[in-house]
Amino acid sequence: MGQQDHASGCGVVPSIGQALFAIVAAMKKLLWLMAFLFSATVHAGATLDGIREHGQLACGVSTGVAGFSAADSNGEWHGIDVDFCRALAAAVLKDPSKVRWSPLNTQQRFTALQSGEIDVLSRNTSWTLGRDAGQGLVYAGYTYLDGQGFLVPTRLKITSAKQLDGAEVCVQTGTTTERNLAEFAGANHIHVKTLMFENFRAVLKAFFSGRCQAFTTDASALASIRAYDSGKPDDYVVLPERISKEPLGPVVRRGDEDWFAIVRWTVFALLEAEERGITQANVDQLRASSTDPSVQRLLGVSEDVGKPLGLDKDWVYRVIKSVGNYGEIFDRNVGAGSLLKLPRGLNALPRDGGVMYAPPLR
Amino acid sequence: MHKHRDRLLQVGVVALALAVLYGLGSIVAAKMRALGVEPGFGFLWQRAGFDIGDTRIAFSAADSYGRAFLVGLVNTLSVAMVAIVASVILGGMIGLGQLGRNRLFAWLCEAYVEVFRNVPLLLQLLIVYVVLIGHLPLPHEAWQLGPDIWLSKSGLALPWPAWSGDGLMLVRPVLGRFTFSGGAMLSPEFIAVAAALTFYTSAYIAETVRGAVQAVSHRQTEAALALGLSETKTLRFVVLPQALRSMIPPLANQLLNLIKNSSLAVAIGYPDLVAIADTTLNQTSHAVECVIIIMAVYLTLSLVTAALMGGWHARLLRRQTGVHA
Amino acid sequence: MNALRKAWLTPGNVALGLALLWAGWHVFDWAVLNAVFRPDVSACQALHGNGACWGVVAAKYRLILFGTYPVDQQWRPLLVTVILIALLACSALRRCQNRYLLLAWMIALLSIFVLLKGGGFGLSNVDTPRWGGLPLTLLLTIIGLTAALPLAILLALGRNGRWPVVRVLCSMLIEIVRGVPLVAVLFMAAFMFPLFMPKGWEFPSLLRVLIGIVLFAGAYMAEVVRGGLLAIPKGQMEAAQALGLSYWQIQLSVILPQTLRNVLPSLMNSAIALFKDTSLVIIVGLFELTGALGLAVDGDPQWRPFALDGYLFIASIYWLGCFALSRYSRALEYTTAR
Repeated sequence: MGQQDHASGCGVVPSIGQALFAIVAAMKKLLWLMAFLFSATVHAGATLDGIREHGQLACGVSTGVAGFSAADSNGEWHGIDVDFCRALAAAVLKDPSKVRWSPLNTQQRFTALQSGEIDVLSRNTSWTLGRDAGQGLVYAGYTYLDGQGFLVPTRLKITSAKQLDGAEVCVQTGTTTERNLAEFAGANHIHVKTLMFENFRAVLKAFFSGRCQAFTTDASALASIRAYDSGKPDDYVVLPERISKEPLGPVVRRGDEDWFAIVRWTVFALLEAEERGITQANVDQLRASSTDPSVQRLLGVSEDVGKPLGLDKDWVYRVIKSVGNYGEIFDRNVGAGSLLKLPRGLNALPRDGGVMYAPPLR
Repeated sequence: MHKHRDRLLQVGVVALALAVLYGLGSIVAAKMRALGVEPGFGFLWQRAGFDIGDTRIAFSAADSYGRAFLVGLVNTLSVAMVAIVASVILGGMIGLGQLGRNRLFAWLCEAYVEVFRNVPLLLQLLIVYVVLIGHLPLPHEAWQLGPDIWLSKSGLALPWPAWSGDGLMLVRPVLGRFTFSGGAMLSPEFIAVAAALTFYTSAYIAETVRGAVQAVSHRQTEAALALGLSETKTLRFVVLPQALRSMIPPLANQLLNLIKNSSLAVAIGYPDLVAIADTTLNQTSHAVECVIIIMAVYLTLSLVTAALMGGWHARLLRRQTGVHA
Repeated sequence: MNALRKAWLTPGNVALGLALLWAGWHVFDWAVLNAVFRPDVSACQALHGNGACWGVVAAKYRLILFGTYPVDQQWRPLLVTVILIALLACSALRRCQNRYLLLAWMIALLSIFVLLKGGGFGLSNVDTPRWGGLPLTLLLTIIGLTAALPLAILLALGRNGRWPVVRVLCSMLIEIVRGVPLVAVLFMAAFMFPLFMPKGWEFPSLLRVLIGIVLFAGAYMAEVVRGGLLAIPKGQMEAAQALGLSYWQIQLSVILPQTLRNVLPSLMNSAIALFKDTSLVIIVGLFELTGALGLAVDGDPQWRPFALDGYLFIASIYWLGCFALSRYSRALEYTTAR
């Protein structure tokens, strides 16, 4: 931008007065710009105001990982991460369809959030200390607990990732995966050759054409790749090792606690709804007739659980009505009701042996 | 009076430029700090934590980001060097071929130029890469091109000298469980980048060579032939020296373009400077610093290349015209 | 002896000719006789590489040509492509080159934007990230050129001007941009521009990339224009000054018209270079023709093995465009040289 300003400075300014005037005007604009910048970073709640003003939630998703966020042939988005943004839109804009989808690759995702291009990043992104504290981002919770795994061709007859000594392994850059791979190899005294590709489809092309002998990324994504992208799922196998913890969840900008709270408690509301047995199908009936105080509270019948967040009391009702509870979202996108058929595992409620636990909404 | 006004205006322009730069700089710095990222190049000394598959100098995950950049730079330079040598040779031959007596061959050379000049380099690179990884055999069915030279999807495996206990030994590549190890390995990415750069640039160099040779006056050729020089000798002693002189500046431009174009390697996963910067900026969020490093390195490379070619040109001119500075 | 060497019928030529015929026949056999033109995967798989699978183009032409633009709205990018190509063809004709052409371009560019973006006139809104394919390639080239030319002229005038400071600034900008690869400029546009912007400012990546492209093309074209400026005899400037014309009057009515006419062929070469360079925007995540092909083929397990045929198809589109432009540029050279 600055360089263009030089460019216009290359013309001949007719007089001193005009030149000085131009300089003063430019300075003024600059100061105003900086004032704007600082006010925007300090003022909490600015994100929500912006969303309401635009009438749209800007949601950063992936460029296509089936089950998490992927557009179908009609341009309609589907997946856990997508449904979460719909839930957010239902909560704050009262309409789950008022979402602007920004498909982002791994390189662009944090910059897009940092620069304010998107309001929330819901794009199978792992929660780590470095990202949470060091990069101006905050994780609002997790919506899927994953682990990094390996996908290999069946013909290689490998049963464990520890047998990968000497292999060439494809990874997509800009992720935690390349670091996990280096650590796993170091810890197990095996030597692997890392082939890094900058975009997802380039990795797919390289792996499926046999350029590398293994592909490593989150196990859920590997399941999706094996089911949808391999063409022949039986020719490929996901190895049993999970070499890392990958808690995937929505991320927001640091410095806006109000918006952070809304995103975090939307995750909890989805979990709480599953725990209380509130589903997309029965939410109307329960709101009208349930006598369970926690259900009444959650659906805004008895208490107002929206007020502390700056929302109205029906917000949880709208969320469940538009996308269902967490269990329904899981089943529909990656679980039993999908082609991926991933088990709930850690992602079940505590009563079913998982760790998806919501603090009380009251 | 006029002079004073001019001087004042110039000061104003400089002040404006500095103010804009300073303003942008402080906006970026403030924004990064607000996000918890400390601007600056300190991150270069941090542990990189990732491996690079294709390296000319040793690198491991324990090394720093700075060393990763160095690896990227060496990778950029090595692929550019190979492509420069290959494209100058190929381009020179095709350029002279276009002017040759043999019309059919000349036509073939012209067709080559028209095909490779008019398709985007990136597309050529992707095509070469798709052909390589799509059609080469798996490592276990590798094609043997010579004693201990194997070509497969893993690349070109070659014997390579290395120091061992007894001195310099030739290490032969050996097929392991997955792929070859030992010796030297030219990855398909390296081969694809070098090949695509060579095809593309040689088409331009061919045109440069043709133009330069055609610019040498016909009368000189005729005079040389009349003096009894053979055709090869005429070309060698009369035409080429003069053509070379006028060829160097445009040739320098083509080589500069080649070096810059090697940055397209990032598209197929060859770990060149840009690819390393790409990975680094994603891991550290130091986007501005990484872009500054890329720009500074390429600018330096451009300046060095321009200076080398300029020096060569000046020396040629001095030697040929007999002027001593 | 000499006569024989000059003649076509030398042993070498015969061998070369036979080899060419043989190769030509095989290419023809592969590309036409044995090729599959239907969008039929199993037929393509049955080829085992003995023929081209143009079926991949037949199956994916929508994605390749229009990217992820909504399917039911694809008449819009189609119309845009037709308008742009028609106007380009028209601009090349002597008969059309008059003041109405400029007006037509202005109207066309405006209506193209409305057509693609929508959100009014009964057209549904389509955000810029979904634009793609051939219309995006053409738009990036044409808008890039249109915006780069004024920038190039300003930079060239600045670098040739009488103020040392401005000369230095313009030279620095030109040389810095020319010294780095377009990939680096695009990286800057994609990753750095957002940091320059205050929060909440809408700055779609298409616009960022366009600014990067304009900067890059502007710097290269500035050198072309500057070369043209230097070729204008000094006497003209002095004569115009003697007539009492101001600096801008002289530039606009005396110097620039001649300069631009003289450097038109070189500017055409810049246009060709830019047309090819637009393929690089895939690296920062825009899906023009090259990127759209990757989107269409690499992501689909059935068609992925036939990516090469798809690449060859779009290579021929680029080739046609560049070849036509370079021939036109050569013709221009003849007319201006006269």
